[in-house]
Amino acid sequence: MTLLQVRGVTKRFEGLVAVDSVDLDVGEGDILGVIGPNGAGKTTLFNCLSGLEVPTGGEIRFRGHALSGRPDRFTRAGVARTFQNIRLFPHMTVFENVLVGRHCRTHVGLASAIGRGPRFRREERESEARAEELLDFVGLQREGGVVARNLSYGDQRRLEIARALASEPGLLLLDEPRAGMNAQETRATADLVRRIRDRGVAVAVIEHDMRFIFGLCDRVAVLVQGRKLVEGTPTEVQADPRVIEAYLGTPTG
Amino acid sequence: MRLHRPPPVAVAGAVALVVGCLSPWATFAGFPGKMSLGGFPGGARLFCLLLVAGAVLFVVDVGGRRRAALATAIGATAVVVVNLVALVDQGGDIGSVSWGAWLALAGGGALVAAAWRLPSGHPPPEEWRRRPAAIEVAVLATGLLALLGAVVWGLEIEESSRFVSFLVFLTFSAVALHHLGLFSGLGVLFNRYPRIAMLLGAAVAVAFPFTQQGNAYWIRVFASIGVFAVAAIGLNVVVGLAGLLDLGYVAFFGVGAYVGALLANASLTTVHVHLPFLLVVLLGGCVAAVFGLVIGLPTLRLRGDYLAIVTLGFGEIFRITANNWDGLTRGPNGISGVPDLAVGGFDFGASHSLLGVTLPGFANYYFVELVLIAGAIVVFTRLNDSRIGRAWVAIREDEVAAAASGIDTIRLKLLAFAIGAFLAGAAGTVNAHVTTQVSPDSYTFLESILLVAAVVLGGMGTVPGALLGSTALFVLPEKLRSFQDMRLLLFGAALILVMRFRPEGLVPSRRRRRELREEAPEGVPGLAGATGAPPGGPVS
Ligand SMILES: Nc1ncnc2c1ncn2[C@@H]1O[C@H](COP(=O)(O)OP(=O)(O)OP(=O)(O)O)[C@@H](O)[C@H]1O
Ligand SMILES: [Mg+2]
Repeated sequence: MTLLQVRGVTKRFEGLVAVDSVDLDVGEGDILGVIGPNGAGKTTLFNCLSGLEVPTGGEIRFRGHALSGRPDRFTRAGVARTFQNIRLFPHMTVFENVLVGRHCRTHVGLASAIGRGPRFRREERESEARAEELLDFVGLQREGGVVARNLSYGDQRRLEIARALASEPGLLLLDEPRAGMNAQETRATADLVRRIRDRGVAVAVIEHDMRFIFGLCDRVAVLVQGRKLVEGTPTEVQADPRVIEAYLGTPTG
Repeated sequence: MRLHRPPPVAVAGAVALVVGCLSPWATFAGFPGKMSLGGFPGGARLFCLLLVAGAVLFVVDVGGRRRAALATAIGATAVVVVNLVALVDQGGDIGSVSWGAWLALAGGGALVAAAWRLPSGHPPPEEWRRRPAAIEVAVLATGLLALLGAVVWGLEIEESSRFVSFLVFLTFSAVALHHLGLFSGLGVLFNRYPRIAMLLGAAVAVAFPFTQQGNAYWIRVFASIGVFAVAAIGLNVVVGLAGLLDLGYVAFFGVGAYVGALLANASLTTVHVHLPFLLVVLLGGCVAAVFGLVIGLPTLRLRGDYLAIVTLGFGEIFRITANNWDGLTRGPNGISGVPDLAVGGFDFGASHSLLGVTLPGFANYYFVELVLIAGAIVVFTRLNDSRIGRAWVAIREDEVAAAASGIDTIRLKLLAFAIGAFLAGAAGTVNAHVTTQVSPDSYTFLESILLVAAVVLGGMGTVPGALLGSTALFVLPEKLRSFQDMRLLLFGAALILVMRFRPEGLVPSRRRRRELREEAPEGVPGLAGATGAPPGGPVS
C-alpha cells in the first residue's frame, strides 16, 4: 500500500528551480534511496516532504491525506526526519533529546503539568520507557545522561534517528545518515536502517555512497537538477546510461 | 589530612594583616567604626580580618585551595583599598590614613603574591561524601541561615564605605567558597531534598521581617522586591526557558497594576467597583495574559533581535496609551489612593504584633508576596520539568529541529508569553496596593531593562537566580544612596563584571552553564566542542 504519494512537487527559489515537478511513491515497508549530484535538490525535496519548505507547486499525500502547513503537522501525521548537518539540541542530554521527540505523541497540558496528576505521571513514565527503548535500539543505552554535544559524530547521527523515531513515524527521511562515518560505522548504519524497516517504518534515504545505497534500498530514485531522472531497482538504475551520464557528464570527442 | 608548610611570605603577610586590622586606620576621629582607635577590629577592619582566615588554605590541603586563597587575599586587600579611598575622601589628604591601614595593605599584597605562587593542586570534589540525611539537611539549613544572616547583617550597615567593604567581603568570600566547592555541594543537597529545601527557604523568608525589630524601612523595600521577584520569575519563563527576549515585559506588570488599582475602588479612580482581592489577582493575571497573546500572535514569528525590538515597541505603546487614555487611566495623574487590602476584617495596612515583634503593615504584603512567589516557583519548576518545558528549551536550542521534531513552535512560544504575562499581571495587582498609586511613568523601558538584567544577572532559567537578581537590583541602589547619581553607572559596571567572570549568571541552570562554558565543566575534558557538528561545516 502506498504510504507517501508525491505528485508534481516543485520548489522554486527566485529563478532557480531546486525541485522540478517530482513524482514519488513510498510504500509501506519500503527503503527508497534518493541519489543525485551535489545541488540536485535532494535536501530541498526532503524539506518539502517534512514541511520545512512550502512547495511552490504540487501535492504531498500521506496515508491518503494531503499534507500542508507547519513542520509539526507533518511530524504528527507520521513523517519524521534527520538532517544532513546534524541538528540536535546540543546542550540537552541524550535522553532529553529523545523525550523532545515524544512531544507530538503526548498530550499533557498546562494544568496537568502544574498539578502533576496521575495522568501526567503515567504519560511521563511511558515517554521515559519509550525513550529508553529507543536508545537501546540505536545502541546509545549507556549515553543517556551525556550532553548531546559531547557525543561522537556517529553517535550524534544515531541520536538524531532515535529522536525522529520517538515521534512514532510511518516514514523516516534520512539525509546522508552515513556522512562522516568509517566503513564499520557505515555497515552498522545500514543494519540500523534495515531494523527500522523491520519495525514497520518505511525509510527514504539520501546518500552519496553508492555501495551503501545499492546494497540497502529496494528502489532508487535519481535526482538531477531538480528533476527525477530515473527510478527503479538498484540493478536497473546502475545499468541506466542516463545515470552514468548525469554523474560523469556526456562523453566528448 | 596532609598539612603544608606555609611560605614565609604568606606568614608575614597574614601577621601584618592581623596586626594592621587591630591598629588604627584613620588619623582623625569620626570615621565610621572608630577607625582612629587601635586594639580592636572596628568598622570595615572586621571584614578584612575575617578574610585573613583564608590564610589557613596555605596550610591545609583541600581541593581548589589556590584560587580560594587568592580570592580571600585579593578580597582583604580590596577592603583596605576601599577604605583608603574613603579615608582620603573624608580626611582631605593622604595624611588622614594611619599606619595600620598601610601595614594591612602591605600584608594583603604579600598574601596575594604568596597565593599566586601556590601550586594549582587538585580541584574540589564534584560531590560531597554521602552522610546521614539529618546531617545533610542540617547543612542545608545552616547554608540558608547564613544567607539570612548575611542579608540582615548587610542591611544593618549604614555608612556607604562600610557597606561597600561588606560587599567586597561578601563577594570574595563567596568566590573563595565557590572554589572550595561549597556551592556545588549545597546545590547537590538542594536537588537531593527539593521539598525540604523549599520549606527551609520559605521559613527563612518568613523569618526575615522578625529580624527587623519593628523597623519598617527594609520590610518596605522587600515588599517592593517581592512583586518584582514574581515578575522576574515570569520573565524567566519567557527569556530563560523559551529564549524569547522581551524588552517590553514591564507592560504586563503595568496592566496588572492598573487592573488591581481600578478594581479596588481607589479614591482617585475612574471605575467604582470593588472586587475581592483574590479574584482581582487572578483577573489581573488573566488580562495581562490576554495582552500577552495579542502581542505575541503577530510577533512570535519573528526571531531574536526583531522580536526584542517589536516587544520594546509594544512596551512603549502601553505606556503612551496609559498616558493618554484619560477616561480610564486618568492619564499622567494615574490612579491614586489605592486602599489597603482588607480580607475578612484583617487590615493589611495596620501593624500587627506576633511573637513579641511588631510587624509593620508592609510585612503583611510581604507575606502575600511570598505566597505568590511560592506559586510562581511551583509553576516555573513544574513546567520546566515537563514536556512543555522541554519543548521550550528545544525551541531555544534549535527552532527548526524543534519544529521538525513535532513541536508546534508558535503555540508553545505563545504559551510562554502568556504564562510570563500572567505572573507579571498577578504581581502587578499586588503592587498597586503596595505603592497605593499607579501611573504610566512607573512602567518605562528602563524598568523592562532592569527586569531583564535581574534575570540575566541572577542566572537564566533558575528560580534562585531570579530571586537573587531582583534582590540585588533593589537593595544595592537603596544601600548606595550616596552614589545616587552614579547608580546606573555602578549597576552597569557590576553587570559587565558578572558577564565577564560569570556569563551564566550567579545561579545558573546546568544547561545554561553548558552553553556558556565551552570547556566542558562537567568532567569531560577536551570533548566539548571538539566533537560537535563543526561550526563552519556544510550547512543545508
Ligand atoms: N533556501 C534556499 N534559497 C535559495 N536557494 C536554495 C535554498 N536551498 C537550496 N537552494 C539551492 O537549491 C539547490 C538544491 O540544493 P539542495 O541542498 O537541495 O541540494 P542537494 O541535492 O541536497 O545537494 P547536496 O548533495 O550537496 O546536499 C542548490 O542549488 C541550492 O543552492
Ligand atoms: Mg543535501
